[in-house]
Amino acid sequence: MSEAVIRVAGLGKSYLTAAGLFPALKGVDLTIQRGEFVAIMGPSGSGKSTFMNLLGCLDTPSTGDYFLVERNVAHMPGDELAILRNRTIGFVFQGFNLLPRMTLEDNVALPLVYSGIGREARRGKGRQMLARVGLDGYAQSLPARISGGQQQRVAIARALINSPRLILADEPTGNLDSHTSEEIMALFEQLNAEGITIVLVTHEADIAAHARRQVRFLDGFIVSDTATPVSERQPC
Amino acid sequence: MLSAMLGEAWHAMGCNRMRTALTMLGMVIGVGSVVLMLAIGQGAQYAVAQTISTMGSNLYILISGSTSTSGVRTGSGFGPTLNVADAEAISELDDITHVAPVHQGTQQLVYGAKNWSTTVVGTTPSYLDARAWTLTSGYAFGESDVRSASRVALIGKTAAENLFDREDPIGKTIRIRQTPFVIIGTLAAKGQNLDGRDQDDTVIIPLTTAQRKVFGVPFAGSVRTIILQASSAEAMPAVEKSVTALLRQRHRLREDMDNDFYIRNLAAAADSAAETTRVMSLLLGAIASVSLLVGGIGIMNIMLVSVTERTREIGIRMAIGARQKDILTQFLLEAIMISIAGCLIGLLLGIGGALLINAITDMVIVISGGAVIVAFAVAAGVGVFFGFYPARKAAALDPIEALRYQ
Repeated sequence: MSEAVIRVAGLGKSYLTAAGLFPALKGVDLTIQRGEFVAIMGPSGSGKSTFMNLLGCLDTPSTGDYFLVERNVAHMPGDELAILRNRTIGFVFQGFNLLPRMTLEDNVALPLVYSGIGREARRGKGRQMLARVGLDGYAQSLPARISGGQQQRVAIARALINSPRLILADEPTGNLDSHTSEEIMALFEQLNAEGITIVLVTHEADIAAHARRQVRFLDGFIVSDTATPVSERQPC
Repeated sequence: MLSAMLGEAWHAMGCNRMRTALTMLGMVIGVGSVVLMLAIGQGAQYAVAQTISTMGSNLYILISGSTSTSGVRTGSGFGPTLNVADAEAISELDDITHVAPVHQGTQQLVYGAKNWSTTVVGTTPSYLDARAWTLTSGYAFGESDVRSASRVALIGKTAAENLFDREDPIGKTIRIRQTPFVIIGTLAAKGQNLDGRDQDDTVIIPLTTAQRKVFGVPFAGSVRTIILQASSAEAMPAVEKSVTALLRQRHRLREDMDNDFYIRNLAAAADSAAETTRVMSLLLGAIASVSLLVGGIGIMNIMLVSVTERTREIGIRMAIGARQKDILTQFLLEAIMISIAGCLIGLLLGIGGALLINAITDMVIVISGGAVIVAFAVAAGVGVFFGFYPARKAAALDPIEALRYQ
């Protein structure tokens, strides 16, 4: 019944440094089913960022295989990875990463430029997505004119625009105050409830508690993989 | 896709107007100077070609040799070695369109109380054809006038102005060495020749009249010069050979004897003048091209800065699905748009400058469509060439590194 959105087997990544080959990720196995909400945790240098870059098809692994929606993408050429980033994955970053000189609707619709969608259709879809994250009426604003929490909502709208199977969020609340963080997490939970698979990296336990499953990294290995206890779950 | 990219490039150009304008300025100056320099160079070539064409094309001039009397040698043109019969014989040869024996010298013209010293040319009607000379009024003298040594004259513009002011010279009688001549035609103005001599300061009269009444000749029928026109530039070397052979035979020169005449190619002088202006316009074009090159380097410079400044933007675009070629296209389009916009402004300024020079000086300016198209194509090429390296640098960025860039 359930379908694996992500399946990695023996995934490893080494970087060439001045001191020689440095293994950041040392053979990781993990399967994430459709509709899951997973928090990746671990201290810095534990390999979780490397793992996220691999999941996001921004980087290719040194060893092992990565099946994204049952397709092995470990050795795909760059252009095909770009198409996956465009259609299958939606990114949400810690620093929002909106383009400062573009209106919000253009920011949200930017991925559609690379899907070959016409200008009017892009703008329409952009406004629709802004409405979905509660920002209708802001289409013509510039990113600098709105708050951090609103900017992150715009970034989420951008991630959603191509109806991706998977949302990857890298410390999405890292730059936000606790109240706004709760709002953003509520939005993620709502999206998850609509059936979108979400993987988020965080080092805050209360943020991770919004996820249904918590995976901990240490020194390039997964050290624990547990369901969030119901008692600890944050209410929606 | 492309229209979206164009929109983005336009947007990026608008975001940093001052910088875009300064980058464009390099191209504006480059293209403007190329267009202007080409216009000036081609104008000069055109002016020289005009002067050359007034002298008549494909001309040879035969000059009689020198003589020596008691050890005193005359210059060339004074020996009695060429004569009218030579001219008639030459006109029988192939590839020769016109032959005219010429006897010319400087004489004083007198009309009423006025007088004027000018070049008097005694020749046959073919002379006007060979030198492509037309009349503005009246008519030319014919062969019969030459046979009967009529006292008629054609007058050039400068000589006419000096003798007649604004009076119509036709039908007036002037005197040359006491002999009265009736003006029957006025010559069209030709302007200066390549030496800067005024070709319009002249009077043309029948050869026979000139020899009998004006100059006098040591031997009947001898002439100092014969001008002849070949049918085409290609035929000129063959004409030179056949004319030389014919004259050597007619003058009964043995194998070991030098020619007793000189044959000069008027085209050679014209060619060297044309070559000089051609080199000059090449040089002007080359100097202008350097500024175009500098403009191109300016574009590359700014695009490199732009790529560095927008590293994070490039990372974001890659993360949301831009392929390498999308990034390449975006930056290349930006460079091309800057160079084409600069090129258009440069074209307008260059053409405007050329028209201005034309208006305030009497310099000949020629703006050819070909030059404009070439300048435009080169500028677009410069945009692509100098835009490519920064664009490729942008496309080759590692998305992770680019996203981390602050």
